[in-house]
Amino acid sequence: MKKRFIAMVLAFVMVLALGACTSETPANDPGTETPEATGGMVEGGEITVGLYNDLDASLDPHMSSSSAGTREILFNIFEGLVKPNSDGELVPAIAESYSVNDSADQYTFKLRQGVKFHNGKDVTADDVVWSLSRAAGLETGEPLVGDVANIAAVTKTDDTTIVIDLKKPDTEFLAHITTAIIPEGIDPLTEVVGTGPFKYVSRVIQSEIVLEKFDEYWGEPAHLDKVTLKIIENPETLVMSLRSGAVDMAVRLNANQIKTLTNLKVLEGSSNIVQAIYLNNAVKPFDDVRVRQALCYALDKHEIIDLSSDGYGSPVGSSMFPAFGKYFMPELTDYYTKDLDKARELLTEAGYPDGFEFTITVPSTMQTHVDVAQTIVELLRPIGVTAKVDQVEWATWYSDAYQNRQFEATVIGMDAHGVAASDMLARFQSTNAKNFINFNSPEYDATYTAAISTTDDAEQTRLFKECETILAEEAANVYIQDGASFTAMSTNLEGMEFYPLYVLDLSTIYRTE
Amino acid sequence: MKQYLKDKNFRAGLLITGIMLCVILIGLLWTPYDPNAMSGSEKLLKPSAAHLFGTDNFGRDIFSRVIQGAGATFLIAAAAVAIGLVIGLIIGGLTGYYGGVLDEILMRISDTILAFPSILLALVMIAILGKGKYNIIIALGILFIPSFARIVRSEVAKQKNTDYVRNARLMGASNMRILFLHIMPNIVPVLLSSVAIGFNNAVLSEASMSYLGVGVQPPDPSLGRLLSEAQGYLFQAPWYAICTGLAIILLILGFGLLSEGMGGE
Amino acid sequence: MTYVLKKTGVLIISLILISLLAFLAFQIIPGDPTTKILGTDYTPERAEALREQLGLNDPLPARYLSWLKGLLQGDPGISYSYFMPVKEVMSGKIQVTAALSLLSWVLVMLFSIPLGILLARFEGGHFERAGIVLNQVFMAVPPFFLGMLFTYLFGLVLHWFMPGGYIPFSQSVPGALGYMFFPALAIAIPKAAKTAKLLRSSILNEMNKDYVRTAYSRGNSRWAVLRDHVLRNAMLPVITYLAMSLADTVAGSIIVEQVFALPGLGRLLLSAIGNRDFPVAQCIVVIIAFVVVFMNYLADIITQYVDPRVRLS
Repeated sequence: MKKRFIAMVLAFVMVLALGACTSETPANDPGTETPEATGGMVEGGEITVGLYNDLDASLDPHMSSSSAGTREILFNIFEGLVKPNSDGELVPAIAESYSVNDSADQYTFKLRQGVKFHNGKDVTADDVVWSLSRAAGLETGEPLVGDVANIAAVTKTDDTTIVIDLKKPDTEFLAHITTAIIPEGIDPLTEVVGTGPFKYVSRVIQSEIVLEKFDEYWGEPAHLDKVTLKIIENPETLVMSLRSGAVDMAVRLNANQIKTLTNLKVLEGSSNIVQAIYLNNAVKPFDDVRVRQALCYALDKHEIIDLSSDGYGSPVGSSMFPAFGKYFMPELTDYYTKDLDKARELLTEAGYPDGFEFTITVPSTMQTHVDVAQTIVELLRPIGVTAKVDQVEWATWYSDAYQNRQFEATVIGMDAHGVAASDMLARFQSTNAKNFINFNSPEYDATYTAAISTTDDAEQTRLFKECETILAEEAANVYIQDGASFTAMSTNLEGMEFYPLYVLDLSTIYRTE
Repeated sequence: MKQYLKDKNFRAGLLITGIMLCVILIGLLWTPYDPNAMSGSEKLLKPSAAHLFGTDNFGRDIFSRVIQGAGATFLIAAAAVAIGLVIGLIIGGLTGYYGGVLDEILMRISDTILAFPSILLALVMIAILGKGKYNIIIALGILFIPSFARIVRSEVAKQKNTDYVRNARLMGASNMRILFLHIMPNIVPVLLSSVAIGFNNAVLSEASMSYLGVGVQPPDPSLGRLLSEAQGYLFQAPWYAICTGLAIILLILGFGLLSEGMGGE
Repeated sequence: MTYVLKKTGVLIISLILISLLAFLAFQIIPGDPTTKILGTDYTPERAEALREQLGLNDPLPARYLSWLKGLLQGDPGISYSYFMPVKEVMSGKIQVTAALSLLSWVLVMLFSIPLGILLARFEGGHFERAGIVLNQVFMAVPPFFLGMLFTYLFGLVLHWFMPGGYIPFSQSVPGALGYMFFPALAIAIPKAAKTAKLLRSSILNEMNKDYVRTAYSRGNSRWAVLRDHVLRNAMLPVITYLAMSLADTVAGSIIVEQVFALPGLGRLLLSAIGNRDFPVAQCIVVIIAFVVVFMNYLADIITQYVDPRVRLS
């Protein structure tokens, strides 16, 4: 199968360390085995993959509320005009090639011929126009997908050509056009139809989702015939299911979970998230920068990583994770070093000499975040700050903390939808709809706006880094780590590809003899 | 009390509950380690002389945590039983003494409530009240009202026709005085057994609710919460779950035996 | 017959009352479901349209009636979390909980009846004393802790079953039931201990009655007396208790499902409560409540047929 890597890949988005996510494996790590090729590839077969969190209520790929865990599964079902590959490069999918005008506000896409939807219909230019218009909210005025909110108009110029006009110039736009293309006129709430290597078969809420190989896939077809995604919310039960062979594979396990998985292949990668205690900058006492900085001084991220995950995980100091090689700033990691006196001093200045109480809201099924939250509670005690952990259902976390911003603090990971720096930084603009922490810095807004407007690559990188620095200085959140993420799979499975994004690509996985 | 001491069940129950309460009381003042202190170098240690029950995934001393958790569970149970008892006494006393339509209605309602699995009702109450330590106490307290009210009512109804009550009435004592000063002290022995059963149920309910994640929230301790944390390390540290579970069993067993020794169930 | 009619009348009134209470309980909770469903898409107009669609603008009695009607027709409304019919959200989950509770209920009977009889038969011996102590301990074990022990011992150490490897009914009925054995056992053991104790004391109670002495005086052995005379009478309170304890095994399933990762009503109820998805929570509560009330009704009827004395009183 020939893959057509067309020169549509924008160099400045692409400078992502190749394989960065697997390179952190300590050489003498007992829990990690080097994958070795055993036996030959067998086409077909079925596997069961354990997920610790149920997918979102809606599998509508344009729903703004998709969690990273849902998106990484939908990645196998839906495709956009372009899609990221495991090197973090954007490769053509439904589009075959593209061109952009000089002012970077008009993109023209040439569609690939012979791409079929899972319902057997051909993908037409009308489907693309309809999908993108829906995602961008061109009719309703309310974009469903923030990434494509910049689209002003989508027009079909002929049966295979689409022209997209942007409201503002955006040189990173290609990274945002991974938005799923779905058949015109369907109800995505009830019909899950895409063009990806796997098609959706069935779902039982809180129990399982079944995917099957899509035989008419335009690209490299999936190796497995059938994948059952089994929801096992209790972390220990998930581990036991792996041990017992009830599930063949699970991703995003933490350091504690893999300790007993001796009969399986364990691969270490990074989560490609920025895990932090996200602080609601609009509520007392976190509206005071001194209080936020005090927390930064009180919490040693290395200590947190040691206590909660045996040292697995890469510390980060701002809203950028290491896989973004070009934008990641290692120097910010230790911007604050543990200094309890300094922390107490700052609290006294801010008017909290005796500390204060606050609640950390955490989704209960996300063990890694729960563990980190517990560690934080303990590490804040010496400065008189009393934290409580409120474990809530994921849907409640999403609607209360994320959407309605009703929270004080939360431990969560933020991932990037695409491979653009703006994915990690846009949300901290004061007026951004995703700015759930209510961060408000005119300086940041100005720097960010300057960054996305410039077409000079070096200048843009400098400005994005400036943004990261502001986040660290202002202690917008207490940044902790890009958590280690382990994948466990039975020894007769091969082909797991790590992405520098929050993605689980099931199509590359195959059985061996 | 003396007559109870002859009963084997009562003696066993007294011994178990006594030991547990002593440990809990000492635990309020002193535990071998700070129950919340984490240590990166002492994670998931096996039980040893230094750590009687071993350590958990954060290197915390499980023995200290179990003592602290047992104390919290006991206090929650005590508060819930107290709420149920006080309100049950008032409702049961009044309905038993006056009888009538209200009595009939309240007893029908309490019959219906008693027929339900308490965990289900507790979950509904939590849905209404929200999670957390105090809401658990209120929810369980309310759930216990019917059973106490029922016992008090039937005892009061029995006592109100006895000679001493008639005498008191002839002496001109008010109804309230008769009810609370004359009748109530006489039903205390009968109530003791129900109080023990109440504790038994409260410990089990707290453990279940917190295990399910709708009860006590971290960092507040409780045996149920410890058990749900321990489940995550069943393979690496089975002693964590077993030690915590044994503490729950001992508490429940102790109160169960006490109640039985006093002529309950 | 009048007895049955009367009891049936009470049953129907109870069911109506329960549905009313369950409905009201979830109505007094503050909060507007539309803000939850719409999230960031919230606009007053959309909320209003949604309220209209969900029938939230109707007066309370009308909403109750339409909900009750839907419930009886098997359509108990729309889930707030999933925004799909509650029926669909619950599909497949009732079977799991029903099978688990029935299985554990059967186990309760299988264990408790022989055990209770044996304990009574060997009254005063070492066997009885040891049995009673053990029984007392088992009564104090929380089912979910027992579940954990089973998972550890039979699942992880002995590999007798595959923790987390539940096979849905749709794939294999024996497989599903097989997986449910240990969870059912965890629910059944404490309950069986209680039942055995009740049966034992019920038998001993009967043994002191006159007719038993008469039977003895005719030269019957203890076994024969037990079997031919005592058991029938002694079983009466136990039958009532067993009928009512089905409700407890349902409650037990809700918790034990969590330990064994069984996709039943328990997990759904918990997440519905956590997510304030009240149509789902309401529906589950009503279903369980109906089961409870109905089993009590059956217990009454059975007792009446087995024991004519009740009929007279």
